[in-house]
Amino acid sequence: MLIIISKSDNYYRLGIENMEVYLDNNATTMVDPKVYDAMKPFFCDMYGNPNSLHKFGAGTHPKMVEALNYLYEGINAADEDDIIITANATESNNWVLKGVWIDLILNGNKNHIITTEVEHPTITATCKFLEDQGVSVTYLGVNDEGTIDASSVRNAIREDTALVSVMWANNETGKLFPIKEIGQICKDNNVLFHSDATQAIGKVIVDVQDTNMDFISFSAHKFHGPKGVGGLFIRAGIELTRLMHGGEQMGGRRAGTVDVASMIGMGLAMKLATTPEAIAYENDHVRRLRDKLEAAILELPETIVIGGKDNRTPNTTLISIRGVEGESMLWDLNQQSIGASTGSACASEDLEANPVMNAFGSDSELAHTGVRFSLSRFNTDEEIDFAIKTIVNAVNRLRTISSSYAYTPKHHASEL
Amino acid sequence: MAKNNLISGSIWDEYSNQVVRRMDDPLHQGEITEEQADSLGAKLVVADFGAESCGDAVRLYWAVNEDTNEILSSKFKSFGCGTAIASSDVMAELCIGKKVEDAVKITNIDVELALRDDPDTPAVPPQKMHCSVMAYDVIKKAAASYMNVDMESFEAEIMVCECARVSLSTIQEVIKINDLTTVAQITDYTKAGAFCKSCIKPGGHEDREYYLVDILAQTRTEIEEQKMRDAADLSAKDELTFDKMTMIQKLKHIEGVLDVDVRPMLIMDGGNMEIIDIKENMPHYDLYIRYLGACSGCASGSTGTLYGIESILQQKIDENIRVLPI
Repeated sequence: MLIIISKSDNYYRLGIENMEVYLDNNATTMVDPKVYDAMKPFFCDMYGNPNSLHKFGAGTHPKMVEALNYLYEGINAADEDDIIITANATESNNWVLKGVWIDLILNGNKNHIITTEVEHPTITATCKFLEDQGVSVTYLGVNDEGTIDASSVRNAIREDTALVSVMWANNETGKLFPIKEIGQICKDNNVLFHSDATQAIGKVIVDVQDTNMDFISFSAHKFHGPKGVGGLFIRAGIELTRLMHGGEQMGGRRAGTVDVASMIGMGLAMKLATTPEAIAYENDHVRRLRDKLEAAILELPETIVIGGKDNRTPNTTLISIRGVEGESMLWDLNQQSIGASTGSACASEDLEANPVMNAFGSDSELAHTGVRFSLSRFNTDEEIDFAIKTIVNAVNRLRTISSSYAYTPKHHASEL
Repeated sequence: MAKNNLISGSIWDEYSNQVVRRMDDPLHQGEITEEQADSLGAKLVVADFGAESCGDAVRLYWAVNEDTNEILSSKFKSFGCGTAIASSDVMAELCIGKKVEDAVKITNIDVELALRDDPDTPAVPPQKMHCSVMAYDVIKKAAASYMNVDMESFEAEIMVCECARVSLSTIQEVIKINDLTTVAQITDYTKAGAFCKSCIKPGGHEDREYYLVDILAQTRTEIEEQKMRDAADLSAKDELTFDKMTMIQKLKHIEGVLDVDVRPMLIMDGGNMEIIDIKENMPHYDLYIRYLGACSGCASGSTGTLYGIESILQQKIDENIRVLPI
């Protein structure tokens, strides 16, 4: 089993009052200590450039090959396919969209990309950039459950469609998209298919062959690997103009000396996150903790799960708590050392609500009261018990202050 | 962008200790019931502003002595972020002991100042300044309800930027006086648009009645139209100096002088001239001309004749005119 219990051992030593609970694993995760250990030799001992002929450089190759093997196994890629090490899913997403633009639109007869309105900004912002360059982009709207029907992709495909890009799982709701059906539709229509699988790796099975995938993007730090490294899967035989010029690394597809330690860390993190046992643990232990947390919050009146409970990654819940604004909630949780997240506009640098909240209606109460809890295999029952107690206290305090539950005198017609 | 902007800070790091304290433990959170108001011999005033669906909502309760108009007690309830709660708390506090007619003079800027730990450091990051605006609005609403007047009557001016409280007339005046041409300049001069940015252009945090981009465009148009009207008026009174003329007026004026004082001489020699362009090359006005007919080959065209034309125009029109044959 892969469970690390040293962290919670530590809590017992410190006493439960000092507990810190990290429930923001869709933002980033703790590096698995095993991953950290695997990376260590590549900083001060085996620091050679993997492109060098001498033993300092070439000595890194066995572990790099092993890492690649883990990555290929983790998403069931064929040996003929490519998995290119990138800086993160942001780079991978940019590369797919801009590469397809150069290859099939600027130098071809296509001019259309299909995506959804709830993708991560690395997709939507890049699509907006391509729109400025004259590309036609269709943003598919989501249904009440925050996902799309595969048929909407079929209906949107045109003669000049170059690419369909649909996320595997949504970062805010955890909702899973009908990737397999969309893959079949794209194959039948001879359109390239990309999925941003950043939030799916390690939470559900990601199988590129079963889903007719042409490209997937992922980021190591979302599955207990280090930050600053990610990958792009490219199906065998697909040309994709490179973004990075300058060297022949990665089979000539991406210039730049490979971050050896990070690549090796990502490889092991992939293995630890995607074995059948790991997926089973996610689906059993993490799901149970998530459901326990969710059920306890839903016992409070006027709370709902945004997008509903079906068809989600096992670690995520996005809950609307009436009368409690998201940033206030995060504030109270942070005061008790609990880390969570909100899509509320008030908590963002630019006062813009995130696209998922907008998809559910930016003027609805949901847009301001959603709090996201995203768990990981490192969370424990004790942590969840502490989180539940803290969340209930925070909701009660903030509802005491909230105008949503304020006393209204008989003669006053409420305008709230 | 610069070193300080490369790693975006947490907005919470920019909250003052006052904001933190009032968020963690708001002193004036609560309600005043009719019974409590009665026991104080006061009138209960309740006002609501905002809505949960907007992300911010506040309810203000006052107990007001109807003989003196004094606010004896003041409490709030707030749905919003930490700064909204802290702003509401300080707003409720500032009302206590004031007469209603004085309470309406408390603005969001007073609320933000009261939340500062030291006078020179803002209590909240710029985008959160917006939260204090609602605290101000709900006071006006409560006062309007008590005094039975429209809440708009407390605002003598149209506020384009509520965060920095900059009025439409101020913005128009600043554009005109300083001849501003960009929204960034307006923000530099007035602070309008420096906080939540809603008032800059449509599509921001909240919908506004007036946007800086529109005010700028309209005021620029007014400035240009005014310049032309002034030129036309002076021209009609024959008081227009050459430098104040529009380009067309300058051209006409020069053509007039050329027709009377220059062309007859050139025509006598079987030639003529035409104006190609006038360029303002301050302090000079460069007049580009081309000789026609016999003049086009005449050697004197770049010496004597040229000086002759130039000195006539300098004497009769403006000493800064230069004539350049091409």
